[in-house]
Amino acid sequence: MDFLNAIVALTNFVMIPAVAYGSQLALGALGVTLIYSILRFSNFAHGDTMAFGTMITILVTWDFQSRGIGFGPLPTALLALPLGIVATMALMLITDRTVYRFYRAQKAKPVVFVMVSLGVMFMMNGLVRLIIGTEDQRFTDGERFIIKARVFKEMTGLREGLAIKTTQGITVVTAIVVVALLFWFLNKTRTGKSMRAYSDNEDLALLSGINPERVVMYTWLIVATLATIAGVLYGLDKSFKPFTYFQLLLPIFAAAIVGGLGSPQGAIAGGFIIAFSEVTITYAWKKVLGYLMPENMGPDGLVQLLSTDYKFAVSFAILIIVLLFKPTGLFKGKSV
Amino acid sequence: MKKLLMATTALALTAGTAFAGSHGKEVKLGVLLGFTGPIESLAPAMAAGAELAMEEVTKSGKLLDSATVTSVRADTGCIDNGLAVANGEKLIAEGVMGIVGGDCSGVTGAILQNVAIPNGMVMVSPSATSPGLSAMEDNGLFFRTSPSDSREGQIMADILQERDVKSIALTYTNNDFGKGLADAIQTSFEKIGGEVTIVAAHEDGKGDYSAEVASLASAGGDILVVAGYLDQGGLGIIQSSLDSGAFDTFGLPGGMIGDSLPKNVGPDLDGSFGQIAGSDSEGAGIFAEMSKAAGFDGTSAYASESYDAAALILLAMQAANSTDPAAYGAKIMDVANAPGEEINPGDLGKALELIAAGKDVNFQGATGVELIGPGESAGSYREILVKDGQNTTVKFR
Repeated sequence: MDFLNAIVALTNFVMIPAVAYGSQLALGALGVTLIYSILRFSNFAHGDTMAFGTMITILVTWDFQSRGIGFGPLPTALLALPLGIVATMALMLITDRTVYRFYRAQKAKPVVFVMVSLGVMFMMNGLVRLIIGTEDQRFTDGERFIIKARVFKEMTGLREGLAIKTTQGITVVTAIVVVALLFWFLNKTRTGKSMRAYSDNEDLALLSGINPERVVMYTWLIVATLATIAGVLYGLDKSFKPFTYFQLLLPIFAAAIVGGLGSPQGAIAGGFIIAFSEVTITYAWKKVLGYLMPENMGPDGLVQLLSTDYKFAVSFAILIIVLLFKPTGLFKGKSV
Repeated sequence: MKKLLMATTALALTAGTAFAGSHGKEVKLGVLLGFTGPIESLAPAMAAGAELAMEEVTKSGKLLDSATVTSVRADTGCIDNGLAVANGEKLIAEGVMGIVGGDCSGVTGAILQNVAIPNGMVMVSPSATSPGLSAMEDNGLFFRTSPSDSREGQIMADILQERDVKSIALTYTNNDFGKGLADAIQTSFEKIGGEVTIVAAHEDGKGDYSAEVASLASAGGDILVVAGYLDQGGLGIIQSSLDSGAFDTFGLPGGMIGDSLPKNVGPDLDGSFGQIAGSDSEGAGIFAEMSKAAGFDGTSAYASESYDAAALILLAMQAANSTDPAAYGAKIMDVANAPGEEINPGDLGKALELIAAGKDVNFQGATGVELIGPGESAGSYREILVKDGQNTTVKFR
């Protein structure tokens, strides 16, 4: 019984949150990595692209809610998501036409692109705040939990509760579906193959008749989709606040770089590595050990390797170690 | 850069002398608060509070030679020292004669040391509560209308004891304010025999708090005390704790009290309790009415302190018969404390008249202002219980 309690406590506080957070980071990192491999720059505006997509989704969700359109036990935001994606796609294409294309025509260096994306980031930052404001927005509705901690305790008679939020379930399922679709698209379709060719060797791709502007356009469309989905899932699971989305940029980039910039597999692995390292290394094992050890032998202290203050230090330490020993990341991306 | 600095300084000097030399028709006061960042939902009401006092004084026409008081707003970002100091410099360059602000303790310390002291500018903060600011050398330029957190620590410990809480897990937002408050709560609670199972910091603006909640849950405790910000990590920690079933009840110090918290968290927050600086003085009610008429919520956290901060500066100017910070800074304690006629919100005109006539005033304002020690509020607190999705006042202590 105590063994079960220990497992449940660990699952509830470590495994479930880390898997959900990891999926959100992975989707974000996929967007960053696609831009890096095809457009060849680090897109600092990615966090705010996520915020923009989420904002449109929230606005549409509110509209649906006021008209009484719901999605049963699932959040209404899932119905609004396609519209959010379309709006973000439009925004991405407009930014590309008005800003990035100019620099592409000039064959600007990647570092110039990074600075340009920084500018775009501030613009989007302001745009989102102007439209929806700076405050926290909550837009989750429908059933909040798949299993509630209290219900689980009554059901099993264990001392530890296990809670799975609907949003966590949706996050993981959606992430799997989206990743499967993306890999199918990149590996099986003509457009996907031309995107990979363009990423591998731009000149060769051009010679073989691939239209670069088309590749760029598809990239932005996919990135808009990924960013909006990642943003909406994150917002459903936690809450939407422009400031937080802007800050998400750090773990997302850490994930993309650890996995190997430019490698989609790497982005997914990186997302989970960052999420798990943040949660497990700073976890206080007191409770779990208390269950596992014989009676009266449980630890008095917290049995915490590092205090949670060092949570971010952990993910960045991993980042540095990876860069030192495998500069291209775990999955052989491009070196940074 | 050098030229820019020179130009700014020159501008500041001319502006400063122009206003200090004569009683200009316009007195500018800086309102330096966190309009963006972790307490951005509180700042608008705070600024409106300060501006209400300015408007009242302007309308009375009794300040110095019937001077008009105008407000110059600037942003501290609450946790952004660079931004706050730059905007502080900007206010000086624009010729403000006093600053209402900063708001969060960290930036307030930075503005004080880098802007106020070098420029000899008086600063009255409505909401910086770090105990560290009490000990900071301020050349008599810094005052605050909110009490230090060491006082709040005692109050919180008393409330915990009365509610029969034996052990707490404690998390704080990782900055001067959070650390100071957490230390104060821990010391006071342990002194009366309580147990603090863990003290863990959390970073604001990160959204995901599973790691912190996992550790806090592992350490256990009757309740979780969250010394953070209601718009930021504090909210995330509470939400995450409730979702995972780690804690049901929360202790909520000042930074966590606001209407948005019960609204965002929902019915699960019912039963949580805390305290925030505030008093049942007559002025509080009057101020609430005045703010309603002016179109903002005067019961929003630190709005009344902001009114008092601005009013104190203006009354002190009248008492010193000068808008020069060096002259009126010394008068702030005089107008704030007894002896003298008690002044409530709405009576600023009367107060200015009394001062002009050479009489003493004892400014009570919206919070029952009483400045002690190095110029900080003695501190009365409103005990809060979350009931039916509302912050309700239990009593004042």
